[in-house]
Amino acid sequence: AALISGAAWAGETAPGDVVYADGAVEASLTGTPGDAANGAMVVGSKKHGNCVACHQVGALADVPFQGEIGPALDGAGSRWSEAELRGLVANAKLTFEGSMMPSFYRIDGYIRPGDAYTGKAAKGALTPLLSAQEIEDVVAFLATLKDE
Amino acid sequence: MKVRAMTAIAALLAAPLAAVAGPDSDELVVNGEINMVTQTEAPAHLDGALSELYSGWRFRSDETQALQMDDFDNPAMVFVDQAQEAWDTADGTEGKSCASCHGDAADSMAGVRAVYPKWNEAAGEVRTLEAQVNDCRENRMGAKAWKYDGGDMASMTALISVQSRGLPVNVAIDGPAQATWEMGKEIYYTRYGQLELSCANCHEDNYGNMIRADHLSQGHINGFPTYRLKNAKLNTSHARFKGCVRDTRAETFNPGSPEFVALELYVASRGNGLSVEGPSVRN
Ligand code: HEC
Ligand code: HEC
Ligand code: HEC
Repeated sequence: AALISGAAWAGETAPGDVVYADGAVEASLTGTPGDAANGAMVVGSKKHGNCVACHQVGALADVPFQGEIGPALDGAGSRWSEAELRGLVANAKLTFEGSMMPSFYRIDGYIRPGDAYTGKAAKGALTPLLSAQEIEDVVAFLATLKDE
Repeated sequence: MKVRAMTAIAALLAAPLAAVAGPDSDELVVNGEINMVTQTEAPAHLDGALSELYSGWRFRSDETQALQMDDFDNPAMVFVDQAQEAWDTADGTEGKSCASCHGDAADSMAGVRAVYPKWNEAAGEVRTLEAQVNDCRENRMGAKAWKYDGGDMASMTALISVQSRGLPVNVAIDGPAQATWEMGKEIYYTRYGQLELSCANCHEDNYGNMIRADHLSQGHINGFPTYRLKNAKLNTSHARFKGCVRDTRAETFNPGSPEFVALELYVASRGNGLSVEGPSVRN
């Protein structure tokens, strides 16, 4: 597995190598600054992060059917530092023990992981729910969500 | 301001949810005569996991709800008619129909749905209604087993369920069924798949809340088989379980598998006290 990840994560921090301190991740996963506009797309799109399945985001008022499972993300950029947001999106369970929020940048430790949404067993190594750059983009977007 | 404490998050959570959360307060009377219990005290074996039971009907829109209030509007009823024909038609090497042994379903099948899945002493296992029907087909009629979650089977369980509408779900979980029940409970609370979600995450901790466009219910099976507007057919409980597990990005279990039989017994027992509604209508 180490060999595969070495190749797949060239230039990026592999999911298993992310350094968490108290749930937060100081270092960028890619070294490339996040693109907040793409982050907004990832947060709102069912095919990408689908964060709105569980969270309401006032800044994405045009996205229909926002969920009520987690808190509204409005003001998240004021409540959390960039490092804390990176840690939260990569693996929320290290900030909130037992959280229902999925870990978006983790590839092991799952029970009966599937091959995406086919219901069949996963074939080989899993890919994280979001790529390293998508995590950076989402963090950049969340950082723009300041309290009024 | 920085908050990290869970209590602060809980405070954030409470405010926007209160307005929309929860079941509605409508009452379900079918054909103007069958009074359905869609809300009742949770059974003791839930140990307080739910304070009150609500049928999934209470979480659906008025339009969807209306379809279940009159058999002329209920799209599942054509399948009940089809199953009545199958009930009376001989099949298999023995030349027998269900009616040859069980007579009129309205008499022989009254109350049956309410107590299944049920321990079968001779077989030494917990049997679902589907497994019992196939046992009769294979071993008493010499007929081919129906596909566990296929149309013939769903229709037949709808016909059987209709004979118990309005009776309280009352599956037994003690004695020889207990080990199976425990296994089902364990599955219910296991966080499967890459999204690491258990049945309880959605149907115990978040019923009443929206998850994207879906209004989460408590995930009871008192209404099965269910006609879903989404796929315009009758759906078995195991097909629903499969869909829910698949949506966690997990490898599912198969309809009819020991895991889903155990899960069915456990989930059915969570609804002990609600009325048998099957065949219900859901979106
Ligand atoms: C299946 C539900 C679910 C999904 C999907 C989800 N979250 Fe969460 N999230 C939660 C819950 C629940 C909490 C509250 C923490 C807790 O109690 O575990 C939370 C907390 C958070 C917080 C901290 C809350 C605050 O504002 O202070 C942020 C930020 C966050 N999520 C961002 C995201 C992002 C970004 C995504 C998508 C990439 C996402 N979440 C997807 C359920 C979810
Ligand atoms: C040749 C006789 C025979 C035929 C034909 C037959 N059954 Fe049965 N059935 C039985 C017997 C005997 C039992 C009791 C079995 C037991 O308890 O193990 C039974 C039990 C059942 C039960 C469980 C009832 C309860 O109270 O637990 C159901 C449901 C059922 N049959 C459905 C059907 C259906 C549907 C068909 C046709 C597709 C059918 N049976 C055909 C003999 C038959
Ligand atoms: C990610 C969220 C989620 C998870 C996890 C989940 N479900 Fe569901 N389930 C839903 C949604 C959404 C619906 C449709 C709305 C409703 O009835 O709650 C549903 C519907 C159901 C229904 C139909 C209820 C009715 O009245 O028709 C049953 C039964 C059910 N789920 C059982 C389960 C079981 C058992 C598990 C675990 C194996 C499970 N679900 C896991 C989201 C989930």
